[in-house]
Amino acid sequence: MNLDAKVPEGSIEQKWTNAKFNYKLVNPANKRKYSVIVVGSGLAGAGAAATLGELGYNVKCFCYQDSPRRAHSISAQGGINAAKNYQNDGDSVHRLFYDTVKGGDFRSREANVYRLAEVSNAIIDQCVAQGVPFAREYGGMLANRSFGGAQVSRTFYARGQTGQQLLIGAYHSLSRQIGLGQVKMYNRHEMLDVVLVDGVAKGIITRNMVTGKVDRWAADAVVLATGGYSTVFFLSTNAAGCNVTAAWRAYRRGAGFANPCYTQIHPTCIPQEGEHQSKLTLMSESLRNDGRIWVPKSRETAAKIRSGEIKPSEVSEDERDYYLERKYPSFGNLAPRDISSRAAKEACDDGRGIAPTGFGVFLDFADAINRLGRDVIEERYGNLFDMYENIMGVNAYEQPMQIYPAPHYTMGGLWVDYDLQTSIPGLFAMGECNFSDHGANRLGASALMQGLADGYFVAPYVIGNYLGAEIPVGKAGKIDVNDPAFAEAENAVKEKIEKMLSIKGNSTPRSLHIELGKIMLEKCGMARDDAGLKEAIEQIKALREKFWSDLKLPGSADELNVELERAGRVADHLEFAELMCRDALDRSESCGGHFRTESQTEDGEALRDDEVFSNATVWEFKGLDQEPVKHVEKLEFDYVKPGVRSYK
Amino acid sequence: MSERNISVTLKVWRQKNASVPGAFEIYKVDSVSTSSSFLEMMDLLNEQLIEEDKDPIAFDHDCREGICGTCSMVIDGIPHGKKALQTTCQLHMRSFNDGDNITIEPYRSKPFPVMRDLIVDREPMDAIMQAGGFVDQRIGAAQDANALPISKEIADKSMDAASCIGCGACVAVCPNASAMLLTSAKVGQLNLLPQGKPEKDRRALNMVRAMDGAGFGNCTNIGECEAACPKGVSLDFIAKMNRDYAVASAKEFFGVVG
Ligand SMILES: Cc1cc2nc3c(=O)[nH]c(=O)nc-3n(C[C@H](O)[C@H](O)[C@H](O)COP(=O)(O)OP(=O)(O)OC[C@H]3O[C@@H](n4cnc5c(N)ncnc54)[C@H](O)[C@@H]3O)c2cc1C
Ligand code: FES
Repeated sequence: MNLDAKVPEGSIEQKWTNAKFNYKLVNPANKRKYSVIVVGSGLAGAGAAATLGELGYNVKCFCYQDSPRRAHSISAQGGINAAKNYQNDGDSVHRLFYDTVKGGDFRSREANVYRLAEVSNAIIDQCVAQGVPFAREYGGMLANRSFGGAQVSRTFYARGQTGQQLLIGAYHSLSRQIGLGQVKMYNRHEMLDVVLVDGVAKGIITRNMVTGKVDRWAADAVVLATGGYSTVFFLSTNAAGCNVTAAWRAYRRGAGFANPCYTQIHPTCIPQEGEHQSKLTLMSESLRNDGRIWVPKSRETAAKIRSGEIKPSEVSEDERDYYLERKYPSFGNLAPRDISSRAAKEACDDGRGIAPTGFGVFLDFADAINRLGRDVIEERYGNLFDMYENIMGVNAYEQPMQIYPAPHYTMGGLWVDYDLQTSIPGLFAMGECNFSDHGANRLGASALMQGLADGYFVAPYVIGNYLGAEIPVGKAGKIDVNDPAFAEAENAVKEKIEKMLSIKGNSTPRSLHIELGKIMLEKCGMARDDAGLKEAIEQIKALREKFWSDLKLPGSADELNVELERAGRVADHLEFAELMCRDALDRSESCGGHFRTESQTEDGEALRDDEVFSNATVWEFKGLDQEPVKHVEKLEFDYVKPGVRSYK
Repeated sequence: MSERNISVTLKVWRQKNASVPGAFEIYKVDSVSTSSSFLEMMDLLNEQLIEEDKDPIAFDHDCREGICGTCSMVIDGIPHGKKALQTTCQLHMRSFNDGDNITIEPYRSKPFPVMRDLIVDREPMDAIMQAGGFVDQRIGAAQDANALPISKEIADKSMDAASCIGCGACVAVCPNASAMLLTSAKVGQLNLLPQGKPEKDRRALNMVRAMDGAGFGNCTNIGECEAACPKGVSLDFIAKMNRDYAVASAKEFFGVVG
């Protein structure tokens, strides 16, 4: 597997400039001869499709929802980072770069992260020009808030609906290109395979989710912008439809999968209540700007709260353990996500959890309301308080919120080089579905930044370069969907569907997904160890067998069949989950969101092993009954020296 | 927050696809926790139906937190149910009582044909956006974001309009199947902002015409849409769009459209 990262020459500040200069260009008249497929219409996909369409390429964009505007990016709440330094508080491109590399626990590729920080400012400019109504101050300037893992205020936001507004902005641009005929949009189409002709990505296979028709699509380049795989845990903050299928199918066709074990468990979510639950709801991290996190100091008090014997407000100040403020005085309640989540787990494992299940901690606004007044808190977080009351039936202005960590984001993903190209030529991966920028832990408000950076500002250069360098104009747009490679892929897709429908067993796709989620959360969640991971691998294999021998599916292939869609995704999760556990097993160090209990400091912090693991692990598929082959991309740190990641 | 289990009886619209007629069927669901969401209750019912070798009920959903606009049912005659300012996915079983009868239908609206059970085709709404729901500017050509101060009041007002989630409840509830609220929210968001001003007239004209062209009906100021909107988008935006449209039409007559 070729893992040449193709990092450009020059100092870190010069790399992107040099790369842009050296990239091949396609002249304006020739662009319309080239075709590009973009799978996904989230920030990364809509951004890329709109930008490429605007440049003149022929673009086809696919999503599984009924409109591109519904991609999961829509649910991001808190904000988007940029190094504008509008607050005059010491921010800079270099600081954003530094914070992101450090926040990722020194497991990301410096050159990519620097580029991300470098284009961050242009993203804000772009969004404002598009009509994104960011929050403003009375003087008319843009407002900022703080997010975890940073000591500057660099997060731009639109109430608690930043993702919605950014996605709608991208949807504006995309809609304009669709209206002009530059982009053809295919809603309710699920991509089920990538097609390689002579080892190069030349198309995809989709299933029309309304009619069941399986189709072949050809293009000169294929971009996957299909989001993350947190739904491998079943319960997560992600939308119900999020899945690993596109990335997993690419992996099965030869694309390297990097660091699948790097997942982010977000500290501020509404705790799980019961078995009926279908998702966990995030309470934006921005709440940690004003909320204080605590549990009682004693187990007895915690037990009394759980049983309803006393109210949280009756617990006196010196009976409370504001554990983040205690353990991390300089970052306090704004400690990074991985650290905050583990601290919550630690407190609950110690018997001091306060939710009825024992798994919950308080996020308390009483001080902030006293200091700022209820109006200010309502203005800042009103919609989140409403959401909380709606789900929990509790008014958080009067009683502290209960929160607990939940699976939220996946740093791992398809391996890509500096040009966001996977190890399959012609196949690109953008947004959450690649592994590139966040190392072992992502900082808040940086995923939206990455999605738009990839889509608006990297895609046009790297796709242009690929087309210009690799595909002569005479061959542009001349891929034949009758090539045997397309037939083979189409048949494989149809066979899988038929096979699932023919089992006629007793287990529903949802019940199997729930079973998988439990295994993953328990053994590959916030804390992982050797024995547990080995067990998980065996359990996953057994569950996969159960899937293929006992699946029960209603209906047929040639109709709108929601359960069939679900089953296909669960089938891929069941294969992927094993790789995730293998990766977690292999990486015997702790870093960022990946915590191996065997590798911790005396006070329970993640203990990295830079000698052995200063790298990205990239897995190569060799068949389901074979072990995948492990490759590594060595990570060099020339600008941010790996140190102990201290937030004390 | 005392949760309990209740039983409900559902009368649900079942229809295999757009070309066959549909009918109501009755289902009883027991042991529904009041802490579960309405869609979780539907999940439970669907698991039950699959067990009984029946077809589960197809319904649209994705984020399940009230922001993506995918969920779309009509519950007891009202899109997203009777609770104001909520989407179906935000509705919790806490709002129901043991023994309740609940009627669940798809959006019933000419521009939105039923695809299966509770799923309808809402693509005509995208067609309206494609006609003018954007600012015509090149990606990458923007000036510094703070070079254009925008007063907080204007930014907030624009945000009120922009909070539309495109669910289509306004269309579904309207006896005329008008998409005025949806369209005016987009026109309002952009026409309020300085960035949107250069194309203000063109936008109003093109989007209103696209709305008519996509088969949506006229607005007769009934106002049901505002009440049904899960995001509380205000009728004021319709009034504002009507003004923008009238001005633009006059300018068009004189050949000076902006
Ligand atoms: C609740 C929540 C809150 C968040 N808040 C923040 C925040 O405040 N700040 C921040 O920076 N980040 C936040 N994030 C993370 C961020 O929203 C995501 O990482 C980011 O939006 C992902 O964008 P994307 O474009 O990569 O993918 P997505 O937006 O997930 O889009 C994926 C697209 O791919 C399509 N797709 C997927 N599979 C297929 C297939 N097989 N066939 C066809 N189409 C397919 C989907 O239809 C969709 O269009 C949050 C995430 C969650 C869950
Ligand atoms: S499922 Fe997203 S708004 Fe209801």
